[in-house]
Amino acid sequence: MEDTRRLEAVFASFEGRQDELIAILQRVQAEFGYLPSEAMRRIARFVGVPESSVYAVATFYTQFRFTPIGRNHIMVCRGTSCHVRGAPRILEVLEKQLGIREGETTPDREYSLETVACIGACGLSPCIMVNKRVEARMSPRKVAQRFGKAAQGERT
Amino acid sequence: MDNSNMTITIDGQPVAAEPGMTILEAALAAGIYIPNLCHHPDLKPVGICRLCMVELDGRGLTLSCMTPVAEGMDVRTESPDIDKVRRVATELLIANHYPDCLACAKNDRCELQRIAAYVGVDQKGLERLRRTERRFEVDRSNPFFDYDPNQCVLCGICVRTCDEIVGVNALDYAFRGFQTVVSTFGNRPIAESTCVSCGECVVRCPVGALVPKDMPRPSREVKTICPYCGVGCSLYLGVRGRRVVSVRGDRESPVNQGRLCVKGRFGYEFVNHPERLTAPLVKRNGRFVEVSWDEALGVVAERLQGYRGDQFAAMASAKCTNEENYVIQKFVRRVMGTNNVDHCARLCHAPSVTGLVQSFGSGAMTYSIGEIQDAASIFAIGTNTTSAHPVLALEIKRAVRRGAQLIVANPKEIDLVRHACLFLQHRPGSDVALMMGMMRVIVDEGLEDKAFVAERCENFEAFRESLSAFGLDFVETTTGVPREKIVQAARIYATRKPGAIFYSMGITQHTHGTDNVLATSNLALLTGNVGRTSSGVNPLRGQNNVQGACDMGALPNVYPGYQKVSDPDVQAKFERAWDGPLSPNPGLALTEMFDAIDQGRLKALYLMGENPALSEADANHAREALEKLEFFVSQDIFLTESNRMAHVVLPAASFAEKDGTFTNTERRVQRVRRAIEPPGQAQPDWWIICQLARRMDVGGFDFSHPSEIMDEIARLTPSYGGISYNRLENGGLQWPCPSADHPGTRYLHAQRFNTPSGKGRFVPLQYRPPAEEVEPQYPLVLTTDRSLYHFHTSTMTRRVEGLEKLDGRELLRIHPDDAQRLGIADGDRVQVRSRRGRIEVQAQVTEICRPGVVSLTFHFWEAPTNVLTHAALDPVAKIPETKVCAVAVEKA
Ligand code: SF4
Ligand code: SF4
Ligand code: SF4
Ligand code: FES
Ligand code: FES
Repeated sequence: MEDTRRLEAVFASFEGRQDELIAILQRVQAEFGYLPSEAMRRIARFVGVPESSVYAVATFYTQFRFTPIGRNHIMVCRGTSCHVRGAPRILEVLEKQLGIREGETTPDREYSLETVACIGACGLSPCIMVNKRVEARMSPRKVAQRFGKAAQGERT
Repeated sequence: MDNSNMTITIDGQPVAAEPGMTILEAALAAGIYIPNLCHHPDLKPVGICRLCMVELDGRGLTLSCMTPVAEGMDVRTESPDIDKVRRVATELLIANHYPDCLACAKNDRCELQRIAAYVGVDQKGLERLRRTERRFEVDRSNPFFDYDPNQCVLCGICVRTCDEIVGVNALDYAFRGFQTVVSTFGNRPIAESTCVSCGECVVRCPVGALVPKDMPRPSREVKTICPYCGVGCSLYLGVRGRRVVSVRGDRESPVNQGRLCVKGRFGYEFVNHPERLTAPLVKRNGRFVEVSWDEALGVVAERLQGYRGDQFAAMASAKCTNEENYVIQKFVRRVMGTNNVDHCARLCHAPSVTGLVQSFGSGAMTYSIGEIQDAASIFAIGTNTTSAHPVLALEIKRAVRRGAQLIVANPKEIDLVRHACLFLQHRPGSDVALMMGMMRVIVDEGLEDKAFVAERCENFEAFRESLSAFGLDFVETTTGVPREKIVQAARIYATRKPGAIFYSMGITQHTHGTDNVLATSNLALLTGNVGRTSSGVNPLRGQNNVQGACDMGALPNVYPGYQKVSDPDVQAKFERAWDGPLSPNPGLALTEMFDAIDQGRLKALYLMGENPALSEADANHAREALEKLEFFVSQDIFLTESNRMAHVVLPAASFAEKDGTFTNTERRVQRVRRAIEPPGQAQPDWWIICQLARRMDVGGFDFSHPSEIMDEIARLTPSYGGISYNRLENGGLQWPCPSADHPGTRYLHAQRFNTPSGKGRFVPLQYRPPAEEVEPQYPLVLTTDRSLYHFHTSTMTRRVEGLEKLDGRELLRIHPDDAQRLGIADGDRVQVRSRRGRIEVQAQVTEICRPGVVSLTFHFWEAPTNVLTHAALDPVAKIPETKVCAVAVEKA
C-alpha cells in the first residue's frame, strides 16, 4: 500500500503517454533504488503498453536494475585490462560464492553484484569495487576467501 | 489503370504478382524459394534476419520481404554479393545455435536447416564464430510446450504472433546486443507470465526453440470441429493407431483461419482417457454391473414402455451433434408422446431466443465472425470473450487494431478491457438501466437513426416513453457508472458505424434476462445497427452445438426450425412426416423438470450427455430430485456427478469417434468426422436412441448413417432445407439455407425482419432489480464466470492433465477492500455461504472485481458453486439467475 502511494506520487507528474515511459522508469528507479516488478506492472497499465514491453525497454538500457542494491554492492570491472587478467573467472567465482548472477541481489539483501566498464585502475587489474572502494589485484582465490567466508559467516 | 495484376521478372522468369505483395511473397507464390527466416505470411514484415536479400534492377541489394512489387521489376536471387550477405548471416546463426539437430524435435522441419542446406555453410568457419556464452536453461514450465532459448534465432515471429494475432503480448525481446533473448515479463517462466497457452507462437516458430512437449507424428489426419465452445473452430485431428495424438488448426476455415485456443489445440486427451465408459452399465443392488448392449437396451426399452406421456422427460445435449439432437427430440415426441425435451441452452441462452425472437423474429447471431474485423464500434456487455470464446475474441482485437472503438461493460475488469477505449464497470444485474441510459442519451441528443426507425421498426413511441424513467441520475446510482462514461459510450456506439454488440451469459443469466436481451436489440434498432454487414446483435453461444440443439427442436415448445408444437398446422405436418400422433402441449423446461420430479409428476428421465448435478442453479435441489426418479437412464462418455445416480448408463462415442454436424454461434453448419473407433463397446448417441426406438416398435428410426438423418432434417426444417452432407465439404453453410442452390446467409434481417409484420420491434422496458439483493447477513454479491482452461462442468477438460495443471482449483475472487475488512489474505481458505448452501475455497485478492462483488467459476466438483446460486427464474425464458446471488464470506 505504501509502495503504491509512492508510485502514485511519481505518476502524478506524468500524463500516461507512451513516450513518457523511459522518464517514468528513471523516476521510479530514483524513488525505489531499483524497478520492482509490481511497479513495472503498474507502469505498464499507466502508459497503456504490455508488461513485456516495459520489461523489454527497461532491460535494453543498462541504467536500470531489477533488484535492490545490497548492503555490500560489488562491481566487477570488465574493462580490457581486467578482462585479460582474469575478470571473467572472478565474476564466475563471485556468482558461485554468493549464489546470484550478475545484476542480482542475495535474498537477504546483503550482497549485490554488477559488472562495470573500466574503473580507471588498470595498473592494479584485475580489480573490483565494493561499496565504491577499489580492491586491487584480485584473484579467484582471494575473492573466494573474502566473500565465501564473509557470506557464510553472516548467514549462519 | 488496371493494377489488379502485374508482372515482375525473377531470375529472368516472368512472374505474376498482385499489388500489395512483397517480392518475397510473389516469389514464394510462384514456387521460387528465397531463403527467409523472419517472414511469416500472417505477420507484418520486419526485415531482421537479412536472409531474403535480392538484387533489384541491377542496382543494389534489397530485402525482398520488405519491398512491395512494382510493375516490371527485375529481381535476381543469386549473385556473389547476395551470397556473401546470406552466408555471413547464416553462419552467425548456426554458430550460436544449439548444435544437435538429430536430438531436436524440429529435425527435418526446421527452417534453419533448410537455409543452411540451401546456402551451403562452411563447417570449419563455424568454430571461429561460436561465442562462449553461458547456456540458458530450458523453460519447461508450460504443460504443453517447452521454450529453449539456446535454439532461438531471434526471428521475433513468436513476439509478433503474441502481439499481432493473439493480443496477449506475453513475450518480447529483453536485454540488448549479444545478450538479447526472447523473454516474458521479468524473465519469469512462461507459465508465470500472462501467456494463455494458445500455442500460436509454437506453431509458427521456424526452429526448435518453441516446441510442443511431445510431438508424435500422426499417420493420418481427419478434418473436424472443436468440441468445446460455440465458435466452432475447424481443426485436423492427427491419428496414430487408435489414438488421437495431435491437433492442427485448419488454415482454410473461414471461422478460425488456423487459429485455436488452448482447449482446442491441447485439450483432446480426454478422448483417450482410461476412465471412458466402454460398456453398458446396469445398476443391481446399488452397484453398476457391465452388461451387453442387447441386455441394456432390453432393460431400457421395457422400463420406458411404462412411462409414456408426460411422466417422461429427456435432457438433450448441446455437446452432441445436430443429428443426435434431432433423433432424441423425435424419440421423445414420437415414441414417448410428450414434449418434455430440453437441454442446457435453458441455462445459458433461453432469453436470447425469447428476447431476440420478439424484436427481430430470430434468436441467432445476426452477423458473421468474418465481419467482425470491419466493425467501427463494438459494445461488449456481459461477455468475458477471451476466456469463453477465445478465437472469436481474436477477431474483436483485430477489429480494434483496424481502428474499431471497443466499449466493455462488465462488473469485472476482464482481459478485454486492455483493448477497450472505454470500460463501464456496472453493478451485476444493472444492465437494463445501463443500456436504457445510453439510449436515453442517444434519443436526447438526436443520434438515433431516424430513417431506419421510421422505415424498418415499429412500436417506437411506446418505447420512447419508457425511456423517461431512465434519467441519468437514476442510471448513475443504479449502475455505479459515472454519467460521463455512459454519455461517451452512447455517442461512440451511435455514431461510429457499423456498430456490433456482443453479449453472453452476463446478460442472460438473470431473472430479467429477457429484458436484458431486449435492451441490446432496442439499442441496435435505435441506431440502425442491424441488418447490415459488420453490425448487429451477437449472443455468443456457449457450447459447441448449443445453436444446433436449439435449431433441432431440443426445446419443449418447438419442433426443428422453431416450428411451434402448439400450432395445429405444424403438428399435422410432423404427424404426417413421422407417421403417428403427437402432443400439442408444450413440455417442461429443464429448470421446471426438477420441481416436477419433486412433486412426483415426472417419474422417468433420459439424460444425453448433460451434468445437471453441477450445472443447475441450487444444485443440491437438483441432486435430491434426481434421487427420487423411478427410472433414470443416461448416456455419456464418462461417469459424472449426475449419472452415478442413474439406473442404466450407456457408453457414448466422443466427438472424435462419430460423424455428424455442429452448428456454431454464427449459424454455420459444419461437418464433424469420425477419426477413430470408439473405445470398447461405446456407440454414437444417435445409434443408441435409434436402437431403442426400434425395440419399442416405432418406425422412422432406420438410419444407417447421420447423413440420412440430415436429409430428414432438411425436408422438415425450412432454414436447413438446402443442407446436405455433400454440400458441407468446404467450410460449412450458414442458415437460413432454404434450398439446394442457396449459398447460405452471412447476416440476417437484410431486407425484412422475421417478425409477423416484417419490422423490427421496439420493446418498452422497466428496471427490475435482481431477485436476491444483499442484506446484512449476506452482504456480498456473488457472480459466476468461466475459466479459459475449463469447460462447463469440466467433465472433459479436467481429464486433460495440462489444463488441470494450468488451472486446477476454484478461487474466490475478492476486492482488496472487502478482503481487508473481512481479514482475508490472498491464498486464505474461506467459506462462502448463501441462503441455500455453503462451500469452502481459496481466496484470491484482486482488483479485477468491484468492491462488494465476489466471483467464482463452476468448473470444480470439489467446490460446487451452484449449491450457492439462486434458482429464481426469468418468467418468460425460465432461466435461473446464476449471475447474481447474495453471499457471506468468512475465513474458514
Ligand atoms: S522462439 Fe522461435 S519464433 Fe521466437 S524468436 Fe526464437 S526462433 Fe523465432
Ligand atoms: S502460447 Fe499464445 S499467449 Fe502464450 S506466448 Fe505463445 S502466442 Fe503468446
Ligand atoms: S475458440 Fe472455442 S471452438 Fe475454437 S478452439 Fe477454442 S474452444 Fe475450440
Ligand atoms: S580494465 Fe579494469 S580497471 Fe581498467
Ligand atoms: S525474411 Fe526478410 S529479413 Fe528476414
